[in-house]
Amino acid sequence: MATAPEALLAEAASDDGLVARPPSRARVTLRRFLAHPTAVAGLAVVALLFVLAFAGPHLTRWSYSDIDYTALRSGPSARHWWGTNRIGQDVFAQTVRGLQKSLIIGLLVGVAATAGAATVGACAGYFGGWTDRLLTFVTDLLLIFPSFLVISVVSPRLKGGGWLVFALLLALFGWMITARVVRSMAISLREREFVRAARYMAVGPLRIIARHIVPNVASFLIIDATIAVGSAVMSETALSYFGFGVQPPDVSLGTLIADGTGAAITYPWMFFFAAGLLVVFVLAVNLVGDGLRDAIDPTSARRRPGRRRAR
Amino acid sequence: MNDPVLDISGLTVDFGGVPAVRGVDLHLGRGEVLGLVGESGSGKSVTALAAMGLLPAAAHVGGSVRLDGAELVGAGDKALSRVRGNRVAMVFQDPLSAFTPVYRIGDQIVEAIRTHQDLSREKAAARAVELLDLVGIPEPRLRAAAFPHEFSGGMRQRAMIAMAVANNPDVLLADEPTTALDVTVQAQILDVLRTARRETGAALLLVSHDLGVIAGMADRVAVMYAGRIVETAPVDALFAAPRMPYTLGLIGAVPRLDADAEGRLEPLVPIPGAPPAPGALPPGCAFAPRCPLAEDRCRETEPLLTAAGRAGKATHPAGAADPAHLAACVRAEEVGALRPLDVFPVPGTDGALRKAGPGGGRPVADDVLRVTDLARTFPLLKGAIVKRRVGSVHAVDGVDLDIRAGEVLGLVGESGSGKSTTLFEILELRPPERGSVEVLGRSVEGLTRRDARALRAGVQIVFQDPMASLDPRLPVGDIVAEPLRAQHADRALVARRVPELLRRVGLEPAHADRFPHEFSGGQRQRIGIARALAVDPRLLILDEPVSALDVSVQAGILNLLLRLRAELGLAYLFVSHDLSVVRHVADRVGVMYLGRTVETGAVAEVFARPLHPYTQALLSAVPLPDPVRERARTRILLPGDPPSPTSRPSGCPFRSRCQVFAALDPGRKERCTTQAPALAPQGGDHTAACHFPAERAVL
Amino acid sequence: MAAYVARRAGYYVALLLVAVCLSYTLAATALQPRAYFEARQPPPRPAAVDAQLTALGIDDRTPLYDRFGHWAAHAVRGDLGRTIDDTSVNDEFGRRVGVSLRLLLVGTLAGTVLGILAGAWTAVRQYRLSDRLVTVGSFLLLSTPVFLLAVLLKIGAIRLNQALGTDLIRFTGETTPGLRGGWWAHAKDRAVHLLLPSLSIGLITIATYSRYQRSTMLDVLGSDYLRTAQAKGLTRRKALLKHGLRTALIPMSTFFSYNFLAVFTGAIFTEAIFGWHGMGEWLVGSIGKDDVNSVVAVSSFAAVVVLFSGLVADVLHAALDPRIRHS
Repeated sequence: MATAPEALLAEAASDDGLVARPPSRARVTLRRFLAHPTAVAGLAVVALLFVLAFAGPHLTRWSYSDIDYTALRSGPSARHWWGTNRIGQDVFAQTVRGLQKSLIIGLLVGVAATAGAATVGACAGYFGGWTDRLLTFVTDLLLIFPSFLVISVVSPRLKGGGWLVFALLLALFGWMITARVVRSMAISLREREFVRAARYMAVGPLRIIARHIVPNVASFLIIDATIAVGSAVMSETALSYFGFGVQPPDVSLGTLIADGTGAAITYPWMFFFAAGLLVVFVLAVNLVGDGLRDAIDPTSARRRPGRRRAR
Repeated sequence: MNDPVLDISGLTVDFGGVPAVRGVDLHLGRGEVLGLVGESGSGKSVTALAAMGLLPAAAHVGGSVRLDGAELVGAGDKALSRVRGNRVAMVFQDPLSAFTPVYRIGDQIVEAIRTHQDLSREKAAARAVELLDLVGIPEPRLRAAAFPHEFSGGMRQRAMIAMAVANNPDVLLADEPTTALDVTVQAQILDVLRTARRETGAALLLVSHDLGVIAGMADRVAVMYAGRIVETAPVDALFAAPRMPYTLGLIGAVPRLDADAEGRLEPLVPIPGAPPAPGALPPGCAFAPRCPLAEDRCRETEPLLTAAGRAGKATHPAGAADPAHLAACVRAEEVGALRPLDVFPVPGTDGALRKAGPGGGRPVADDVLRVTDLARTFPLLKGAIVKRRVGSVHAVDGVDLDIRAGEVLGLVGESGSGKSTTLFEILELRPPERGSVEVLGRSVEGLTRRDARALRAGVQIVFQDPMASLDPRLPVGDIVAEPLRAQHADRALVARRVPELLRRVGLEPAHADRFPHEFSGGQRQRIGIARALAVDPRLLILDEPVSALDVSVQAGILNLLLRLRAELGLAYLFVSHDLSVVRHVADRVGVMYLGRTVETGAVAEVFARPLHPYTQALLSAVPLPDPVRERARTRILLPGDPPSPTSRPSGCPFRSRCQVFAALDPGRKERCTTQAPALAPQGGDHTAACHFPAERAVL
Repeated sequence: MAAYVARRAGYYVALLLVAVCLSYTLAATALQPRAYFEARQPPPRPAAVDAQLTALGIDDRTPLYDRFGHWAAHAVRGDLGRTIDDTSVNDEFGRRVGVSLRLLLVGTLAGTVLGILAGAWTAVRQYRLSDRLVTVGSFLLLSTPVFLLAVLLKIGAIRLNQALGTDLIRFTGETTPGLRGGWWAHAKDRAVHLLLPSLSIGLITIATYSRYQRSTMLDVLGSDYLRTAQAKGLTRRKALLKHGLRTALIPMSTFFSYNFLAVFTGAIFTEAIFGWHGMGEWLVGSIGKDDVNSVVAVSSFAAVVVLFSGLVADVLHAALDPRIRHS
């Protein structure tokens, strides 16, 4: 039967339905998540950064585009908390504004890319045949098609609400690897007995995908979406750094870092606030994702018995 | 008892405070075979692993394990590694995952040899080939160069045994060595284990959940429950007069292939409830909550394993306590004189429900399923980076079935015989590759979508693995309602039906909002049955419905199925690899080999007078949970593994392993090699596909 | 067999063709080479601009399919056209491929080996201090975009150089222009220039590979065959090295192709920041110069590289896993 002793234990524990009602899945997940101090810290940091990004602009009297001609390249002070840049713009106002943009783009891209991946992957995997072939071709095509080219050619030519299109482009090129994983999960789910059972009971294919396939890859999708937010922020800032992303007068962490790089040694405040927030945000998101993986994914939990037992 | 070679005393194992083994004493004498029996989670495998110091670091091991007086608990990795594989060797359950997939079998055995013996690579390789030959691997020199995945399950287990005996160990630990294998292969492997013991003189600790295997192999038996030994005795005494109610229940719960003197079957006795979770043991005797004999004192203190009980008069005329028969039960003396049915009353009407007797004949009714000459092939793909079709797998190649309303047909065969493919072909409701399928009197040719939906309401399926067949993300109420919704039942009907169905299979209607993982294995299978019953089908297809369950739970499910069938007039297509189970539930039986039906007939008739040599071998390979009868039997040991279904040999597909064919004179062999035998009537509705059918007693 | 190889190759070629067509269409419609010429000082005559555009085959007055046909006719013969500055794309390509490969090679090779070792080591020492330190380090690195890491390394190097008062670490270009000296001086100069770009690629590679290797290794740690290896008398350490690590490498081959994609994109930024004249810098530069033919050449190259890395991953997988090789 089971091979590892912990699996034996787990099995014996699961034979316990008569005795007491075990806590619901959501509660178990929450409890396991809370047992990770780093993941909880990550979540707290993410929450704080959101507060900073959205409340920050109201805390200071400077707007991100205001220019204070009396203070060029001045260091942090009571007037300008994080100093000013070379044309006298308030670094704090600019940074929180950039953070806001980066966070919104990251969230949007993470959610859109994961939703797309789930749809494409589940359909390709469940239906198989020509649907699968067609969707796999599109997936492969987008994988080898240089996304950098499309984004860098298209986005500098966008005006106004261009960041939205930019975000959608990032999402367009961000779902393929996830879709491949979802596809292979769907293929194995399709042969699982509960899906077969549904099929033999005359449940329709779309209903099977919605009720059985997607919920059973949901834990993977949640984790993946979290990580995707982090990597979307990284792509966004990288492209913006080279002028291919968010366009002036709008700012993002990427454009701010680009502006501050030259002055990083002489006027560190122009560079390090934006750079620091970027790393802290992505790090926090990754820690949350890692904690979620441990909390949701039963296989990763099995592989980490030491940690659970240590508590 | 002579000086024990392996002496385990007071062994405890816990995982972060959760006890898995709670004070186990085992003494293994030189050359002795000790059977360790228990259900999943009883701690038997953990005990074996702890004895070798192979538990993960998270396990906390206490007590003492002495090998010839030398203490192993607490010894360092270096010291242990000198003992492991050298003086104590282990045979694991799943030989596929137990071999490193990237190294050749021969090299892995060579490694075992050279770790402990100062031999040159060439000498060690030669010795590895010898060992492979000893365990009956054909062409050992060639096969030594194969990778583990190129071996069949039985071959891998042979190689595992070869590796274990490579250094002539004093003690062999075998952890469920035959559990993953087919019954004919199991018989071969048990035979190899006997050979290996004869060659090395090693003592054997055989861990198994299968009472039949233990009965045939062990000198002494220890029964484990909830991390403790609850009874230990010489094998005959244990099976004849168990003194612990749990042992008694276990023996009563096993369906048996052999009937009693009047040719009738005992009803199965299920043990109520499920084993306790390791972290939540009841005070007192761990078995008390499930024990009908439990008294107040049982719930207060945990009874010790003692010989206090006076033996029954039959076994020990002197009336003295047998010092080798120990039981952890305060009422051991009384229990010794009881039979399973006395202790575990079969609830309600279950006990009275018997299937039609052998003389009953078939019901006069319509066919609910008729399959004629069904075939299904799959493409065989080969290649790593590049896949190409190199042939066909003839998974199903001529299957005939017919089931009348209210009848139970058992379909038996080993893995790869095409049982599951047959089921899925029927359930897909699409025109078959060859042959015909008629479900509830309708041919599956030319069904419209609407027709198919209506037809699906009449045929439902229950799967083997009750966890895998229930969507873990849906509450039980929704799972049970799924077929109703698929038939567009209205809300009111669903709301009325779900509690009714749950009650019918012995669950609380209040459980409808719980999730599958909150139930025990047996309860999950009940949910699966409730779901199948939701749309009032006429035919239930049961795919190994009890093979994932412990025996004590299995009995309850089988009784439930028998009751439902009587109450609802259902017909079953009951697929199983376990002939004892089929014997217990089915009216008729069909035996499959390599995708074909080779014998059919009434169960009592086929089991009493099997005509096809394969059926005979199959029946002969099933171990009986009765040490006396088991020792007296002669086995038909089939050579090798079933041939691959990729090649379709001319003539009879079974002849390569057939004991009858082997004994024929060349003139008559001719017929088997050229003509494939058809299913031919052998009197009554007994049919067999054999040119030279002959009766042979096998039980 | 042959039929299957042909089919698989056909699939790759089809993918590649569609990707190239799309790249060309996009580059030819979105980039405006006319504007590039018109912006020159002094402004050239319109007729001269037209003539130049026509000569390069990128005249926006010619229908797209004609331009594509013209380009494709040359491309199949191995001629990728002219750059916007009227030099040969092929020559530029040849010069830059080597630069990119030198950059990628050191960083990815060293990063892969070190990452796998770090991952295996931390898996074995799970939850000890060393594991936690490596884990924290790799999380930090994985949360730093490549461009930012490159910039930070550059800032660190400037600080170091200032503190030491010498140009110990150089971070612009591949070599010091006009350097005189023997073979040794040139080798040293190259190594000094290679340090930071390789570090920025290598560090991130180490971080990703160590995370993946750690998790595949942890899967292996609970495996039955590792227990078997110990049961036959190997010490834990020997069993881990001989049976555990070897098997845990198998899933890494699939990961290799995905990771290469990321490294390749990262290299664009690395080149641009450290002033290496490789393919990535070329792509960034050509987009800025509305250089259609160069952009198409680099994009096609990227597509080929990605397909090739997929193939390498397949071969690696088969080489590592006999179950694939012999099935």
